[in-house]
Amino acid sequence: MSAVTTTTSFPGPAAEWHLPSRGKVAMAGLIIAESAIFTIFVVAYLFYLGKSITGPTPREVLETPIFYTICLLSSSLTIHLAAKSLERDYTRLFLGFWLLTIALGGLFLYGTAHEWHRLIYEHGLTISTNLFGTTYYSLVGLHAFHVTAGLIMLSLVAIFGLIGHLGVSQSGRIAVLSMYWHFVDAVWVVVFTVVYVLGR
Amino acid sequence: MSSHVITVPVGQTEARPWVDQLHEWLATVDHKRLGILYIGSALLFLAVGGVEALIIRIQLMHSHNNFVSAEVFNQMFTMHGTTMIFFVAMPVLFGFANYLVPLMIGARDMAFPRLNAFSFWLSFLGALLLYFSFFGGSGLYGAGSAPDVGWWSYAPLGARAFSPGHSSDYWTLALLVSGFGSIGTAINIIATILCLRCPGMKLNRMPLLVWMNLVMAGMVLLAITPLSAAQIMLLIDRYLGGHFFDTQAGGSAVLWMHFFWIFGHPEVYVLIIPCFAFMSEIIPVFSRKPIFGYPVMVAATVCIAFVSMSVWAHHMFTIGMNSYANSFFTLTTMAVGIPTGIKIFNWIGTMWGGRIQFKTPMLFSIAFLFQFLIAGLTGIMMAASPFDWQLSLSYFVVAHFHYVIVGGILFALFAAFYYWYPKITGRMLSERLGTWHFWLFLIGFHLTFDVMHIPGLLGMPRRIYTYEPGRGWDTLNLIVSIGAFIQAIAILVFLANLIISYFKGDDAGNDPWDAWTLEWSTSSPPPAYNFATVPTVASRRPLWDLKHPEDPDSRYE
Amino acid sequence: MLPRRTKSSLCSGWQIVLLLFWSCSALWAVASDATPGHGTNVFSPASTPAKSIKDLSVFVLAITGIIFLVVFVLLVYSVVKFRGRALDAGREPAQVYGSTQIELAWTIIPTLIVVVLFLATARVIHAIQDAPEPVGAVEVTVIGHQYWWEFRYPKLGIVTANELHIPVSNPDHPTPTFLQLLSADTDHSFWVPELAGKTDLIPNHPNRMWMDPQSTGVFVGQCAQYCGIQHAKMLLRVSVDGPEDFAAWIQAQHKPAVEDTAVIAGRRVFERNACMNCHAVGGTSADGRFGPDLTHLMSRATIAAGAAQNTSDNLRLWIQNPSAIKPGSLMPAMKLSDADLNAVVSYMETLH
Repeated sequence: MSAVTTTTSFPGPAAEWHLPSRGKVAMAGLIIAESAIFTIFVVAYLFYLGKSITGPTPREVLETPIFYTICLLSSSLTIHLAAKSLERDYTRLFLGFWLLTIALGGLFLYGTAHEWHRLIYEHGLTISTNLFGTTYYSLVGLHAFHVTAGLIMLSLVAIFGLIGHLGVSQSGRIAVLSMYWHFVDAVWVVVFTVVYVLGR
Repeated sequence: MSSHVITVPVGQTEARPWVDQLHEWLATVDHKRLGILYIGSALLFLAVGGVEALIIRIQLMHSHNNFVSAEVFNQMFTMHGTTMIFFVAMPVLFGFANYLVPLMIGARDMAFPRLNAFSFWLSFLGALLLYFSFFGGSGLYGAGSAPDVGWWSYAPLGARAFSPGHSSDYWTLALLVSGFGSIGTAINIIATILCLRCPGMKLNRMPLLVWMNLVMAGMVLLAITPLSAAQIMLLIDRYLGGHFFDTQAGGSAVLWMHFFWIFGHPEVYVLIIPCFAFMSEIIPVFSRKPIFGYPVMVAATVCIAFVSMSVWAHHMFTIGMNSYANSFFTLTTMAVGIPTGIKIFNWIGTMWGGRIQFKTPMLFSIAFLFQFLIAGLTGIMMAASPFDWQLSLSYFVVAHFHYVIVGGILFALFAAFYYWYPKITGRMLSERLGTWHFWLFLIGFHLTFDVMHIPGLLGMPRRIYTYEPGRGWDTLNLIVSIGAFIQAIAILVFLANLIISYFKGDDAGNDPWDAWTLEWSTSSPPPAYNFATVPTVASRRPLWDLKHPEDPDSRYE
Repeated sequence: MLPRRTKSSLCSGWQIVLLLFWSCSALWAVASDATPGHGTNVFSPASTPAKSIKDLSVFVLAITGIIFLVVFVLLVYSVVKFRGRALDAGREPAQVYGSTQIELAWTIIPTLIVVVLFLATARVIHAIQDAPEPVGAVEVTVIGHQYWWEFRYPKLGIVTANELHIPVSNPDHPTPTFLQLLSADTDHSFWVPELAGKTDLIPNHPNRMWMDPQSTGVFVGQCAQYCGIQHAKMLLRVSVDGPEDFAAWIQAQHKPAVEDTAVIAGRRVFERNACMNCHAVGGTSADGRFGPDLTHLMSRATIAAGAAQNTSDNLRLWIQNPSAIKPGSLMPAMKLSDADLNAVVSYMETLH
């Protein structure tokens, strides 16, 4: 069976034609979708403030995690510096900032785990205790899940970097990944404000 | 400006072993193949959902009927709704978007072909999960039972206490999984449209189908995700002892409703906007005129997208919101009718002064205009919330939304099938069978869904497995059921047409309809790479410019 | 090639047939309040909220009807007038891209229509929802259960089930009934179309509605929010009584359960067999609240929330095998011996 393909070429100017990078557009789309999910959890959290029938209240048990917040927010700075370094082909500097980002993110997760341990074992607050427990663990947990997913991706990149397979030509992909990481940090700003500032 | 034809001969290919062909289909990342997979699986579930509908209609043929038990009936309407929305309408529209968008923008494929494949298989897995519930749901009355909580699974009916076993979980997981697939496809569509257009195709030169799929994809990102969030919350309630919707612990059943309808309302616009896209491509070609008012069509679609995110609680007029909230949602719901109505005028304006050709795609399109008008007007009736206090939760609503989904969306889809089948397969669908399909389906549709409004006005609520005699609902329900069977026959004619024409249909050639968008410039079916050379365009109708070099669109835009 | 005249005129001819069919159906629906008793027709209101809704609906139908006719005529005209003829083959019509004036006009006119519709609607919303409760109003608390209705009259100290009695209201001296709507389990909806629009019963979310029926008689309706397997059989009977009948009914409800020594055996069966865990019989030790109050069971025309007529045979069947009447209801099959069953049914039949 032979197939003859006919195409016609079109008149018109083939002048400079610049379109956005598909990685960035896709990541922006993902961020929009994830923001909607987080918004619903934030709405549930705010709606249920003060409505728990029993159990500990936010004011009684929450301690503002200032140190770990600083860790996470600084990791946005370090990842930004890492991305910039890679653009200029300073791969060692990139790796340094990148590993620092992972460390800071890991520290944040440790902080969350530590706080949850305290809440569960010292205050008896679990996801099933009351409305506060349900909404708190869900919201903070959803965020921590996204941090974890981000750390996994960052670690994969770190491995590639450590075995020398990362160069300036990957800086576009690194930029897309850092968009995700910045998003995770921005979500934490919102969660922090809602849970530890407004909620108490 | 000269046009020249580039012919690229393709070498002989031998018939490949069926295992290889199957593997090719299962492992494909080509947007055209994935489009066909989406459409094929949607047709399969259309048949399944249709059988569920017929079971419902047989049971409701007369009062106190005993065709199926209450338990089975409740599963039928739950599965029918869930299947049709999530495993028929969304996949078939994603399928057409997948097939057509890259072709219409002169691209070689979608932006992320592997994500495309992953999204399709996630969606298909969701469907399989849902239907596995018939075997594995282990509901209260024995092993295996499909969900029976309605396709909204209102709280607290969806809670462990009222839905023991796993039937509800299959519902939740199926939608969660396929929801992620939908988000993946939406991201893909947006990235494709924004990043892969051929040179010259500025945003205001894209075909309306491309514009509308862009808007639809944007809405998917914001509409599906609230449902995903709500379902995660439901799973936390059911499995981790959470209290999101646990009214005994102070939780709110109304919160589930808000979350569900913040998804549910934009979702129906997600479904209808691609159908507006089909109409905006087909009506101009069969009227032989460009679409009337392209910029306003784009603006109206974007407007609909925004306003539709503010109307959701018109599904909740009876739940006891205060009069200010009810007034607000009345206003926004009526307001969203304005950009929607404008489009009907634009399509009529396109036909006006044209030379209309009554081929099958156009028959379905004209019926679409008539029926979508009526559906929109019954929507306005229900937007008046006091009237909705009578009409809500009755068969009037069921009639209204089927009028939109069957009379609007399905008719537009049929038009799309008849219009693009030649491009996809290289064969024309039979006009004779198409005419039979059209008239049979039209008669069946109107018999069912025109009449169905009346029991609603006479007090018949929805989701009842039987009803009392003496309420005046018997004869009406019988007529409704008869119409359903006529529609079923019409669908069989349609499926027969799809199959027979594949083998015996006339050769389509590149451009059987004398149309104007880029997909008609390649062969039917297109080669794997779509375009031998990347096209450049200078107007909204590149093929019109080629065919009418003395009067190109580019002069007027 | 024959001109395509037949298809387009068939097309528009069909649309005209449909238009006529629809108009007739709509008229039928509107006009069918000729039923002898009271039905469930939203266009046959017997109470102010239902009347306000009907008046608004007529206005809305008129406007949407006009819109429909205008657009329908334009559609049919364009299909007929601009159909392609064989003579035109090969020639394209004038390529018109749009018209700012026309598009502006058909944006502004619908906007004005929406403003008018909205203002008319907002008035009715406030009139119904924000109506103040007058001093003489009857108050009923409705508690929705799977699959029956509990009615309590807090000011009158009455508890009953499934069949509501309310007084007729004279428009000059209105005595409306205000209902507070609660739920014991899932969501339900109280819908008696000829008396009012429906309002949902949602757990942890009390709602309020009112009605002031202006004619006596029995009005029917049913639950409208899917609440589980027997949602279809959660029927409503509202008996609108004249003032004397209503007073008599209250008096009868205030009496404790009839004590008939002839059925003492049946009463013992009732008390021995866990019936009193769910049911209450006033003046006895039975005070269960899970199921309907049976103190005045025989004052009701139906049992099982309208699923069956209140006859001896049905009572017997309901107690012994509820699945025969309402499979999935929460009434358990009591598995009594024939003697016990006869006795307890005889007892039930004395509870007037």
